[in-house]
Amino acid sequence: MNKENGVLDIKKIRKISLLNIIWQWETILLFIFIMVAIINSNLSPYFLDYTNLMNTTFNFIEKAIIALPMIFVIICGDIDISVASIIALSSVFMGMASQAGVNTFGLVAMGLFAGSAAGFLNGFIITKFGIPAIAVTLGSMSLFRGIAYVILGDKAFTKYPPSFAFFGQGYIGNTMIPFELILFFILAIIFGIILHKTTIGRRVFAIGNNSTAARFSGIPVNRIRLIIFTVTGLCSGLASILLTSRIGSTRPNIAYGWELEIITTVVLGGVAITGGKGNIFGVVISIFIIGFLKFGMGLINVPGKVMTIIIGLLLILAIMLPELLKRLKPKNSFENVKK
Amino acid sequence: MNNCIIEMKEIKKYFYGVKALDGVDFKVRTGEVHALIGENGAGKSTLVKILTGVYQPTAGTIILNDKPVQFPSPQISQKAGISAIHQEATMFPDLSVMENIFMGHHIRNKSNGLLSWREMKDKTQILLDKLELDIRPDTKVNNLSVAQRHMVEIAKALSLDAKVVIMDEPTSALTLKEVEYLYKIIRKLKSEGKAIIFISHKFEEVFEIADYFTVLRDGKYIGEGTIADITVDKIVQMVIGRSLEQMYPKLEAEQGNIILKVENLTKIGVFKNISFDLHKGEILGFFGLVGAGRSEVMQTIFGIDTKTSGEVFIDGEKVYIANPSDAMNLGLAYLPEDRQIQGAILAMNIRENITLPIIDRTSRHIFLDRNKEFEITDEYGKYIEIKASGWEQLVEDLSGGNQQKVVLAKWIATKPRILIMDEPTKGIDVATKATVHNFISELAKKGIAIILISSELPEILGMSNNVIVMHEGVITAKFTREEANSKKIIRAAIGSISK
Amino acid sequence: MKDLFRKREFNLFIFILFIIFGVSWRTPSFLYINNFVDILNDTAILSMVAIGQLMIIVTGGIDLSVGSSLALSGMSVALLNQYHPGIPIFMIILISIAIGLLLGSINGLLVSRAKIPPIITTLGTMSIYRGLVFVLCGGTWVSAHEMTEAFRVFPRRSFLGISSLIYLSILIVILFLIFLNLTRTGREIYGVGGNKIASQYVGINLKKIQYIVFTLCGGITGLAGFLWVARYAAAQSETAIGFELQTIAACVIGGVSITGGSGTIIGVVLGAFFMGIVYNALTMINVSPFWQMAIQGFIILFAIIINTVMDKRNQQLMLRKRSFNE
Repeated sequence: MNKENGVLDIKKIRKISLLNIIWQWETILLFIFIMVAIINSNLSPYFLDYTNLMNTTFNFIEKAIIALPMIFVIICGDIDISVASIIALSSVFMGMASQAGVNTFGLVAMGLFAGSAAGFLNGFIITKFGIPAIAVTLGSMSLFRGIAYVILGDKAFTKYPPSFAFFGQGYIGNTMIPFELILFFILAIIFGIILHKTTIGRRVFAIGNNSTAARFSGIPVNRIRLIIFTVTGLCSGLASILLTSRIGSTRPNIAYGWELEIITTVVLGGVAITGGKGNIFGVVISIFIIGFLKFGMGLINVPGKVMTIIIGLLLILAIMLPELLKRLKPKNSFENVKK
Repeated sequence: MNNCIIEMKEIKKYFYGVKALDGVDFKVRTGEVHALIGENGAGKSTLVKILTGVYQPTAGTIILNDKPVQFPSPQISQKAGISAIHQEATMFPDLSVMENIFMGHHIRNKSNGLLSWREMKDKTQILLDKLELDIRPDTKVNNLSVAQRHMVEIAKALSLDAKVVIMDEPTSALTLKEVEYLYKIIRKLKSEGKAIIFISHKFEEVFEIADYFTVLRDGKYIGEGTIADITVDKIVQMVIGRSLEQMYPKLEAEQGNIILKVENLTKIGVFKNISFDLHKGEILGFFGLVGAGRSEVMQTIFGIDTKTSGEVFIDGEKVYIANPSDAMNLGLAYLPEDRQIQGAILAMNIRENITLPIIDRTSRHIFLDRNKEFEITDEYGKYIEIKASGWEQLVEDLSGGNQQKVVLAKWIATKPRILIMDEPTKGIDVATKATVHNFISELAKKGIAIILISSELPEILGMSNNVIVMHEGVITAKFTREEANSKKIIRAAIGSISK
Repeated sequence: MKDLFRKREFNLFIFILFIIFGVSWRTPSFLYINNFVDILNDTAILSMVAIGQLMIIVTGGIDLSVGSSLALSGMSVALLNQYHPGIPIFMIILISIAIGLLLGSINGLLVSRAKIPPIITTLGTMSIYRGLVFVLCGGTWVSAHEMTEAFRVFPRRSFLGISSLIYLSILIVILFLIFLNLTRTGREIYGVGGNKIASQYVGINLKKIQYIVFTLCGGITGLAGFLWVARYAAAQSETAIGFELQTIAACVIGGVSITGGSGTIIGVVLGAFFMGIVYNALTMINVSPFWQMAIQGFIILFAIIINTVMDKRNQQLMLRKRSFNE
């Protein structure tokens, strides 16, 4: 009877259910993470070893560093499947520079520049011509890696200066904590603050939820998207530096297929593929779930190709899960109030 | 009833507890043009969507040829001989005219089951000939004008052998000549025994073409009768339910200097040579039919679209507005027409919506300050009387009227000197409408210059100090409040006087 | 039937003639009939699968899993042939198609029932199917000498100088020309892609259409899987890797709108042929095969940009035309 009451009820229920969803998703992720850890440590005594755990992060931190800007890309409602090719492109440019005798500092600058330039090109074509990001990055994915093939053919760059090895192989002091890992955490905090605590983040969410209304509200939608694609390229360049430094060589098929795992990580972390929703914390957990899952499978000698089956299944299940949960719930009290 | 083809009884439709239709009766006979009249939000479209199977009624019965029926899907309603020409675009732009007509019921060759394009083409040609349309069946719909698309929709209804044809605001985008032509077609259909439901809020049209009418107001059945036995005044009374004076706050116009001057603004193919002045404290009404180019002019001024040529002056100085953010810095605000797509971000909460354009002002450097956002939201939310349980409520959970208030609050919070409002009361309930009208007057009193775009004549007449009328991208007339009356304005809007 | 050969396709056709002319100027042997038959043979599989991709893109979707499903069905029948050489070739073909249909229908179910966006669904199944290929073969090859003679030579068997591969691709083109242009379901595919709301008003079942296009694309891909491993006389876990990009490229070059609603089979076939000619010409003028991928990427980007710019210009022209009509 009392309208105010009705509204209040809705509000209460929504708050609870919203909290529930966030909680549920993150709890589910944490739960999965713990499960993975327990199963792994039961399967192999080597899993819970401090040095092993630290060293295994080498295998996924480079991907994780691209996952961070990818959160922004996907929240904006776009997608970038060219990131792995950007790694190849940056790596090839660093290799060429290294052959020419450029020092470590120059190589890093080259890697970052090549990555940003590639990302900028993506963003420029997408925003300038109004073409869907999927179509553009599909083309540039092939173009960037193709350029790597043109330059390298079936050869490889293997000559890098010794000091270059630190980025992908170094540890902080005597701690056995990889430099990469620390770098990732610093970046995760920066990206997290930008996404959740600044006006930029608010604008990104606004664009992802309704880009027309965002534009009508004075938000420079295309400029922000362009910057995000450029930063994604920059981070891919950074990942390329770490990866090239770690394996000490460049082949044109470097990081092949990584885009799949990066997108899977982001989506599993609770970022809506349709845009407008997501948070850093979920993605960070999901990075470690996938990383440790693969580490565990490696310990029991599961071949890499089989792991991709599991990653693929995870991707599909991660997206189906919210829908399934909705269907399994008998009747949401909130919906009843709404009707 | 003897020759009732359709009888809808006690139809109710609730959306989330809001009564869109509350016990409506509606009867249509064969061979009549039946006008369904009411303001925006009166429930006309909802009733039509129930009849065409898009919505399911909450309660009530539909009787077709003396038999109770149900329309669980649009297709079943179509098969029963009911065909609607919808307001929104329901065409396939990349496909041909004949394909648009036959989509969903393509003609198949009896012998091999494959589609018979030749037969479809012939039939389309016959339909087009009947409608005296000079287009080819294989022309892509993309290449047709709005009026021609309407005609194709009519042809589609005919191809389905419809007994009942529903036309939802069919004239809104047509030129006078095209309207005349449409009338001719309607009379022809009528003479063939078809029933036509004609939805319009333009009384002139209703008196011209309809035989019978039903009036809805606020989702309720108000009355019906034959057109021949009623006067315009009486119908207006039924539609509005009160007199104009009651509805619109009287203005004490105290106009200041010219604040906005637009000179020869042109965007090729959309509008041309738009010039007008706007004073401080003035409410300048923009009237025109849908598609007259009013929103496009305003969006160009606001920096959303680009102009081809022309100039804009603010406070006598020439300004260059490349994007909405430039416009906002100059003190402009634009309340867009489509609040769900252009106005509000439904999946975000009230606080986030209201502070979106002024996020730089509510933050410390680039860091969000939720307390300050809350303060501002509280200030404007209370000022505009948004009814919500709290400022963290998502906008999608609010009623249409309150969503509109959120958008209004969002733009007033930018402290504009010039406020452009595009159909600010479209589709909201009467009570909220009155509140919005009060605010418009109050804002004008404070010296804010206001442009009010509206397709509702009473609103334009009741609110504006001056009225500009547009037709097909050009200004066809300008009136002061004293000069303006509905006849003059309508005539200018349908283009029957050339400047 | 008139827009079977729209302006866009015509432009592409002229462009192809232009390239042929240019290349043959430098390398006259490019013009030999045999070379053209080679190009047709090389593009036959691509054209078929690109037709499957076309149907999906027209509905507004995309299928990134075609390369993997092609490899999976190809590997399955190659192994079947290796361990049961007695199975007749037409059974092999049917089984290959059936596996493809199954894989496609899994995509279709995930998209239409579980409502997962096509790009994500097929990104996932792309790696699942690829992983399964590895599981099946355990990382080893099925090579020429492990296949039966009948299996290996099937695509090459020729009649009147033209291989069965080309005949099959022509058959697929004709079948799908009929399907897309002369059946209700075929036209409804265009309806769904053109305007989802309008297609619901006229009673088109969106879920059904989505399921059908993914399944049919799977079926074609299955057939292509057999043809591929037989033609190259090898099946391995890397078979047809990156092939999905080529099919999408053929569509985009052929004028298919990436946002759905429009695109024709003729355009796609021309698109595939165009790519075949470009690759062939590159070899002819002695460009390293390592250029292929970069050129493919460049062509995709170029084609999308040109198509978008042309569409926008057409709209502008329409507006102008209308304003002059006043």
